[in-house]
Amino acid sequence: MSKWESVIGLEIHVQLLTKSKIFSSSSTMYGKDPNKQASYVDLGMPGTLPVLNKEVIKKAVQFGLAINAEIASKSIFARKNYFYPDLPKNYQISQLDLPIVEGGYIEIKDSNNANKKINITRAHLEEDAGKSIHSNEQNCTFIDLNRAGTPLLEIVSEPEISNANEAVSYMKKIHSIVTYLDISDGNMQEGSFRCDANVSVRKIGDKKLGTRTELKNINSFKFVEKAINYEIKRQIDLLEDGKTIVQETRLYDENKDVTRSMRSKEEANDYRYFPDPDLLPIEIDKKFIEEVKESLPVLPDIKNEFYKSNYNFSDDQISIILGNSYTTNFIDQALSYSKIEPQKVVNYFISSIYAKLNKEKLKLSEGKINAKEFCEILDLIENKNITRKDLKNIIDDIWSGNYDMQNIVEKYSSENSSSETNVDDLIKNIILNNEKQVQQYKSGKTKIIGFFVGQVLKEAKGSDPSIIKDKIINFLDSI
Amino acid sequence: MDIYKKSIIELSRLLQKKELSSLELTKYFLDRIRSFDSKLNSFISINEEASIEQAKLADKLISNNSESLLTGIPVAHKDLFSTKGILTTCASKMLENYYPPFDATVVSKLAKVGMVNIGKTNMDEFAMGSSNETSYFGPVKNPWDLETVPGGSSGGSASAVAARLSPVATGTDTGGSIRQPASFCGLTGLKPTYGTVSRYGMIAYASSLDQGGPIGQSAEDCALLFDEMKGYDNNDPTSNSKFKNEKIKLDLKKQDAKNITIGIPKEYFSSKLDVKILDVLNEAIEIFKKMGFNIKEVSLPDHEYTIPAYYILASAEASSNLSRYDGIKFGHRCDKPKSLEDLYLRTRKEGFGKEVKKRIMIGSYALSSGYYDEYYMRALKIRRIIRDNFMSTFENVDFLFAPTCPSTAFKIGEKSSDAVAMYLSDIYTTPVNLAGLPAVSIPVGFSNNMPVGMQIIGNDFSEGNILRISHLFQQETNWHKQTPKEFDCE
Repeated sequence: MSKWESVIGLEIHVQLLTKSKIFSSSSTMYGKDPNKQASYVDLGMPGTLPVLNKEVIKKAVQFGLAINAEIASKSIFARKNYFYPDLPKNYQISQLDLPIVEGGYIEIKDSNNANKKINITRAHLEEDAGKSIHSNEQNCTFIDLNRAGTPLLEIVSEPEISNANEAVSYMKKIHSIVTYLDISDGNMQEGSFRCDANVSVRKIGDKKLGTRTELKNINSFKFVEKAINYEIKRQIDLLEDGKTIVQETRLYDENKDVTRSMRSKEEANDYRYFPDPDLLPIEIDKKFIEEVKESLPVLPDIKNEFYKSNYNFSDDQISIILGNSYTTNFIDQALSYSKIEPQKVVNYFISSIYAKLNKEKLKLSEGKINAKEFCEILDLIENKNITRKDLKNIIDDIWSGNYDMQNIVEKYSSENSSSETNVDDLIKNIILNNEKQVQQYKSGKTKIIGFFVGQVLKEAKGSDPSIIKDKIINFLDSI
Repeated sequence: MDIYKKSIIELSRLLQKKELSSLELTKYFLDRIRSFDSKLNSFISINEEASIEQAKLADKLISNNSESLLTGIPVAHKDLFSTKGILTTCASKMLENYYPPFDATVVSKLAKVGMVNIGKTNMDEFAMGSSNETSYFGPVKNPWDLETVPGGSSGGSASAVAARLSPVATGTDTGGSIRQPASFCGLTGLKPTYGTVSRYGMIAYASSLDQGGPIGQSAEDCALLFDEMKGYDNNDPTSNSKFKNEKIKLDLKKQDAKNITIGIPKEYFSSKLDVKILDVLNEAIEIFKKMGFNIKEVSLPDHEYTIPAYYILASAEASSNLSRYDGIKFGHRCDKPKSLEDLYLRTRKEGFGKEVKKRIMIGSYALSSGYYDEYYMRALKIRRIIRDNFMSTFENVDFLFAPTCPSTAFKIGEKSSDAVAMYLSDIYTTPVNLAGLPAVSIPVGFSNNMPVGMQIIGNDFSEGNILRISHLFQQETNWHKQTPKEFDCE
């Protein structure tokens, strides 16, 4: 057994889901042509001033309340000064003293599957930088300032995470909270959710923390796990060889699965933080906090328990339902409308709507279908007016936008009920026209049913054979 | 008809009676700039073509009877107000070729009422200086004595108005940069309450202190210009929405004076002040007494800490505000940079002048880790104490008198090698900026043939009152009507 233990703290950067930037009216939309979403403010033109987007405050307060943190009644922005080409003002507006959120905690499962509390030091607001794109071919660097000024919430944990698995659980929990609250899209490929990890090791039993290294800008759960594991091993190996750890910033190279030194403490910037004189302190009154609190959804942890104990949903089902607050609301409403048993509602949802959203990268929040409408369709299935296959087609139709709900229900109800009367007539005709086979059935040759089913299906293509069979038996028994 | 001597109201009357068109008026002042400015260097750029267009537009407004008092009146803007498509240099090599893509709020507000922007005035580089000697475009001369400085940093604006090259001008005041040049050039200059005039588009020196304001011949002209400069602005988060945005009526009467008490802080009128200046100020105070104002000696302590606190705070903010000039997006860029670091270093070494570099270094030092508490935090505390001292004084008096400067305009080059002596010339003006208060400097006489100014300092948002008091004084006196001899001709 190892005599070493690792200590990890995470700083997670969450891009907040606002239409415009934190200090300008430019759009925050991802993937537009370079520099098309950069205003004079984002470019840091002389004489421009930052104007705070109030929506950002609300989102930070929502997060703070969700983790049981203190919301600062007075919070201030500070300038973090350093030179970099994709930082147009050469200072980043951030927070140092008096961050908007202080304290709070979340719970994760440790390696023994026991609950473990991870305390959160603070969460503060800041503006994102732009992007530098280095081109070797053209021997130059391009700068795209579309991202500059996108609002970020930086969530800093206490160094209470013990290993890479816990780090991933912690990160996933934060991810589920911010996506559930709809304060971020949590899209890791697009950089909306990324993380720096502070890693150190010490002998088991030591009180003092070891020298730490900071792993910068990791943007997937998998890489966080790999980078931390690599770094822990690297540090233990060094210490066992009698060497010391250098306090430095390191980058994880996902292709080679190693971490590499980026800059040491000596090269680190003195950021010369000071309160930003362009921005007045943010004052948040109790009334506002109360309003946000009231509008806060029931959080995933509590819902999880509820679904398990009331409906016995599986972990997989729950993780889909709690994927975001839209899905949760949708399912909750569906469960209240529908007379069908909850398990079936969820399964129908997963096999139809969820499958489509997932496959085609669509969103329930587009509002193409509401829970009530979904339940009406489920009723059609339960009444055997339509099949499960029809459900899939209906969902496709709804998303393609050609149908409105009323029409769909009427169409499928009437279509199937008219074909039903036809089928009944057809069965009646076929039976009455095949007296010989009827006699055989009556004399006990029940296999002859197959003959009738075949005859009916020849005429009524696409009907459900089991339904036909039931109907034939019913009719034969009645004559 | 001695147009150059006329006040805004007099000019406005001529325009409205159609005895003069804005086009004629504009050409008249453009001609004066052409004939006289080679002696003064008060303009960095003259807005020849666009001002003609603006004048024609103003004439249309007047013929439609949709004018205001300022319609058609030329104004000169300090060269740190961004003007769309018009060179805006901040008197720095760094912005030698910078054409802003947008107008500062002040510029667009004045354009909206039909004022004609005739040119951009010289200043200390990035507003850092008290003599206008730090300009990349050369020093400005004082029209009262071409060997002396006009003061700074709004020296070009003051020099231009004093020589009557423009009826009025805008300036900015971070530590005295409107009041001190107004005083050196025999003019009236108003530093408004922090937050009344939008800073949007005003190129920042020290954001928590910078405030735009008018420089003119009289309190009346300043009131007219200030009325159109002020107002809440969505684009400026430090803009204040608390004050009443109504036009100032200069309706104070002598019989009202007995209800007003003005304090004389003994620390400001001490023996440290030049005796001749003290005599001039005392004579002015006598006039105020005769007019019926109650005058009372008060104490305003801790005033000796003002200069160090001011230079630490202003330089700290400047060091950060000026980081954006890096050769990447706009402004000067060094030739053939070898690396990113080389680009930064050479661009900033070449683009900034000595005084600017000095303040960036002071500011960076004051903010650096290990020194922050000792310098920056302590300066912030002093700032709070200074404001508190003013506030407790205002419990006993309505307004305060103060000298504007410890001396009259000094010789060009006289103080440029002695930074402390230069910085001390702001000793009476900087406390007002640290406290965020409004103050006006009005001409109150001459010492050795050079103008002497006196400040009237008021509580937050009392611009109307300090201008009313100044106007009443100017109805009793003629100091504001003096014109330097060399420029007192058509």
